[in-house]
Amino acid sequence: MITLNHYLLLSAILFCIGLYGALSKKNAIAILISIELMLNAVNVNLVAITKFLTPGDITGQIFALFVIVVAACEVALGLAIVVAIYRDRSTVEVENLDWLKW
Amino acid sequence: MDLQVIAFWIIAFVTLGSALAVVYLTNIVHSALALIMTFLGIASLYLTLHADFLAAVQVLVYAGAVSILIVFGIMLITRGEGRMCETNTFGKYKYTAFVVIAALFGVISYFIIITPWQVTNGIVAEENMGTIGEVLFNNFVIPFELAAILLTVAMIGAIVIAREVKNLK
Amino acid sequence: MLTQYATIGILFLGAIAFGSIAMILSRLLQPHRPYSQKMETYECGMVTRGTAWVQFKNSYFLYAMVFLIFDIETIFLYPWAVKFQSLGLFAIIEMFIFLTILIIGFWYAWKEGALEWQ
Repeated sequence: MITLNHYLLLSAILFCIGLYGALSKKNAIAILISIELMLNAVNVNLVAITKFLTPGDITGQIFALFVIVVAACEVALGLAIVVAIYRDRSTVEVENLDWLKW
Repeated sequence: MDLQVIAFWIIAFVTLGSALAVVYLTNIVHSALALIMTFLGIASLYLTLHADFLAAVQVLVYAGAVSILIVFGIMLITRGEGRMCETNTFGKYKYTAFVVIAALFGVISYFIIITPWQVTNGIVAEENMGTIGEVLFNNFVIPFELAAILLTVAMIGAIVIAREVKNLK
Repeated sequence: MLTQYATIGILFLGAIAFGSIAMILSRLLQPHRPYSQKMETYECGMVTRGTAWVQFKNSYFLYAMVFLIFDIETIFLYPWAVKFQSLGLFAIIEMFIFLTILIIGFWYAWKEGALEWQ
């Protein structure tokens, strides 16, 4: 029998993998990919809680829909910024992007 | 073992395996391909949760559009000079981040397990796209229009940022 | 409900099995005698130049971005179209405002030449 805890633990593992990538990777696009993994984990959480705690109520799925919209806007803007930085500096390694620090 | 249980374990294995591949592969193109596999795994996870409209949205938006955008972004910033297998390496916080994540996962799973969830075994609607339409267009009017504004702002902003600088004549 | 979608999963597994079995069989059965001309990239009549990893044009990225935005428009349009008759006039006005806001963004993209192939 698959309970709510299975889904929540799966989404926790997925979130932690995404956060690990976002904290430890060098490439800026890899960090964006990891953030997408984290947002997907949150969506799995929302849909699972809707199904097990309030079946018949569809609000969690609509919330997940809006999270998908925001995530798509985030990836479009984030990649645009990465492309602009690459055109200026010819690098996307985040450890080299420290010219705001003095 | 019924179908639900077998499907869940297969899907969980594939999703988490490809998510690990996203983080551990050092060629960024391979990471992007593993990311598409993860998105498809999550879409089938939605199917096991009776959310078939969200599964379709996941395939359409994530596996379709977002992954295309990410692959184009990779192609735009990759020149043939360096070696491709070193495009996605770990930074200097590799081990620190692992300790932090292990602690975070411990905390999250502890609270998931000790929380008494009020599980109600109600019947989930078989066909939920119509329900989503009704609730979305009656109760969520303002967020819906805000989503349009957000999309427009994101599109204009991304075009302004990503476009080549125009030649000022 | 899940059993309806199990067909897709079985098709997926069948596709993976078909491709991998064909590749593994050909790897096992083929004679393996490589020489330099055999190992070249297969391309009719042309000598290959440079590496395969070239930088793409910026236009691809802008196209993909506009596609992403209007892909998301579709996911709102679809439940609206399914429940079009029972939702009534209010939903039509809502969708009209939604589309107007998005078309302003599309007009801007058009005006700035994001859709032109340079």
